[in-house]
Amino acid sequence: MSKTLNGAQIMCEALIAEGVDVMFGYPGGAIMPFYHALPEYPQLRHVLVRHEQAAGHAAEGYARTSGKVGVCVATSGPGATNLVTALADAMMDSVPIVAITGQVASSMIGKDAFQETDVTGITQPITKHNYLVTDINDLPRVFKEAFHIARTGRPGPVLIDVAKDVQQARAEFAYPAEVDLPGYRPTYDGNSRQIREAAALIATAERPLLMAGRGVLIANAHFELRELVEKTGIPVITTLLGISAIPEDHPLALGMPGMHGWVHVNRAIQQCDLLISVGARFDDRVTGKLDTFARHAKIIHIDIDPAEISKNVYADVPIVGDARSVLSALIAAVEPRDCAAWLQQVREMQATRSQKQYKNDSGLFRPHDVYAELTRIVRGAARFVTDVGQHQMWAAQLIDYLQPHSHITSGGLGTMGFALPAGVGVQIACPDEEVWVIAGDGGWQMNIQELATVVQEGLPLKMAIINNGFLGMVRQWQELFHERRYSATPMWSPDFIKVADAYGIPGLRIDSAAGVAAAIHTARGTRGPFLLEFVVEREVNVYPMVAPGASISEMFEEPAATEPVAIK
Amino acid sequence: MKHTLVALLRDQPGVLNRAVSLFRRRGFNIESLTVGHSEQPGISRMTLVVDGDNTSVEQVIKQLYKLIDVLKVSDVTADANVSRELVLAKVFAPPARRSDLMQIADIFGARVVDVTPDSLMVELTSEPDAADRFIDLLKSFGIREMVRTGCVAMVRGSSTVSAPKSVDRAA
Repeated sequence: MSKTLNGAQIMCEALIAEGVDVMFGYPGGAIMPFYHALPEYPQLRHVLVRHEQAAGHAAEGYARTSGKVGVCVATSGPGATNLVTALADAMMDSVPIVAITGQVASSMIGKDAFQETDVTGITQPITKHNYLVTDINDLPRVFKEAFHIARTGRPGPVLIDVAKDVQQARAEFAYPAEVDLPGYRPTYDGNSRQIREAAALIATAERPLLMAGRGVLIANAHFELRELVEKTGIPVITTLLGISAIPEDHPLALGMPGMHGWVHVNRAIQQCDLLISVGARFDDRVTGKLDTFARHAKIIHIDIDPAEISKNVYADVPIVGDARSVLSALIAAVEPRDCAAWLQQVREMQATRSQKQYKNDSGLFRPHDVYAELTRIVRGAARFVTDVGQHQMWAAQLIDYLQPHSHITSGGLGTMGFALPAGVGVQIACPDEEVWVIAGDGGWQMNIQELATVVQEGLPLKMAIINNGFLGMVRQWQELFHERRYSATPMWSPDFIKVADAYGIPGLRIDSAAGVAAAIHTARGTRGPFLLEFVVEREVNVYPMVAPGASISEMFEEPAATEPVAIK
Repeated sequence: MKHTLVALLRDQPGVLNRAVSLFRRRGFNIESLTVGHSEQPGISRMTLVVDGDNTSVEQVIKQLYKLIDVLKVSDVTADANVSRELVLAKVFAPPARRSDLMQIADIFGARVVDVTPDSLMVELTSEPDAADRFIDLLKSFGIREMVRTGCVAMVRGSSTVSAPKSVDRAA
């Protein structure tokens, strides 16, 4: 039975039909009819952010954790343009979000009306698809398609720009049961001949290595990943966004490759004779100099997006499909084997270099002390949301992630200011879980206003600032590659504890390694949100490191920690 | 080497912009692009000439396929196909040189479509390479104005480039 509704009500009905129960947004002129209808639908929770960028990141945090589509809402013009960074972030990291923006009335479009911006034009290259709706009869179909496109295939952001008069018009509402998109048919099952070829390579390889990316997590293929590698003994490396695809205490889990990956991991890549990439896209931060990457390896590339295959690294066996489906097929196709000698070889290297449990005997307060205590105390029982920069790399290296989706970060775009708003979305997706937001003093101040959202929504976020008084990663590059010229990286900050206090959030400042454990216990033991500010040594670098544009064979390590390395 | 691609697109607002913006963003080198109606209502047909190696052309095709409104992309370079381009050129043609010009036009199968005391407008439909040679010859007369449509192509034989089936929404 259909009913007559206005466009705003149709939007709400469509959201409910898509299983949405929460959205993150900020009202304004052109989206007011939608906000007028919203209170009629109490099953739709609205989280008021303090800046539209945060709405986008919160929707991302929600989606990255729950696997459901995250929804953000903004008005036309500046509201919509503020979403741009979050859309680009979601595009790079394949995060399913739907952004709903108000647009000026259709009669005003193209007239440079107040708060008019060509939002579909601006967001075209940073969305998987987008729509401008100027006819109310298109609304149900567009919502149906938008959610379908966002969550299927390689997920991504979809934007729906709805003219104000469409929100106000009335029409019969009937939600379509199916989508009709003949140009959009993602492939889920891998080609069986390619799977047999992959299985044959796995059977004969002497030094196979599996690289898990975010595609494994998106497809919820962590069980299949474990089953495959346990059946074959193949060691696993996890890209920045693949972290938590396999528990990091698993005997076959080696850690992260790439620019700040571990020496033994990069060396394993350079020595392996078979590299199986699952849901990863050979980003330059992983590969380093392309023509020196994994030169001895045949490549099996499993990805749901055909355009990723052979884009950067030539695939000997390309398999287009969903990670879970393809891994299941591979489990059935491979014979049990082990790679004990090869694993032993890599583990020996790991034992001599880049110890994961960094031992601090310098007497200085190093960021590593914070991560070591967090790992020891939390024991994998929390989700960690990180920002971008040095603290992010340390968090990726030093914390043990034991559950899927327990590491949430901005990978491809590298968006400073991501962590706090994304943490809001993560906590709302997992209200009963412990969620840590970790940021540097720079990124923290990029969306610090979201502390108000944390309080208004009553979120028990645990927040940690790694404060070194610098834009640390840029400073590190300046130190290593730009003659130590610290141009625009020293950074004054306000008293973060007082700022938190002004929001009604308790906090502690810690300036020695001795105080770390007690502070973490206090934060965990406090109901509600808590802020820890760790004032650490100012000029600590992230090691190991591959210089930008260099081969991953050429890593440098903490100068004092080990003897110089030249990996061949 | 040059590749000729044929793409079928749904007639949706902005679809051409999506395709063109993709080429710009990915740095693909497009030599010519034409778009117009196909035999199916609601579906446009685009012919692209791309200069690049097989890998980069494969990327063009894969990236085009990622656009939701792109239904089909075919590389017809290796197929026996008919490629045509339309040229209109307004050429200096004082009476003394006019017959030379008309003779060249005749050799290429071009038609004279407009005449003034000192110029001729010629129209040529031909393979793009022949069009290049024709235009080179016209240069010695002096080209006052010229337009080329870019290449359109269709594979010979009974097979067709057609879109995947859809529920007919118009019905």
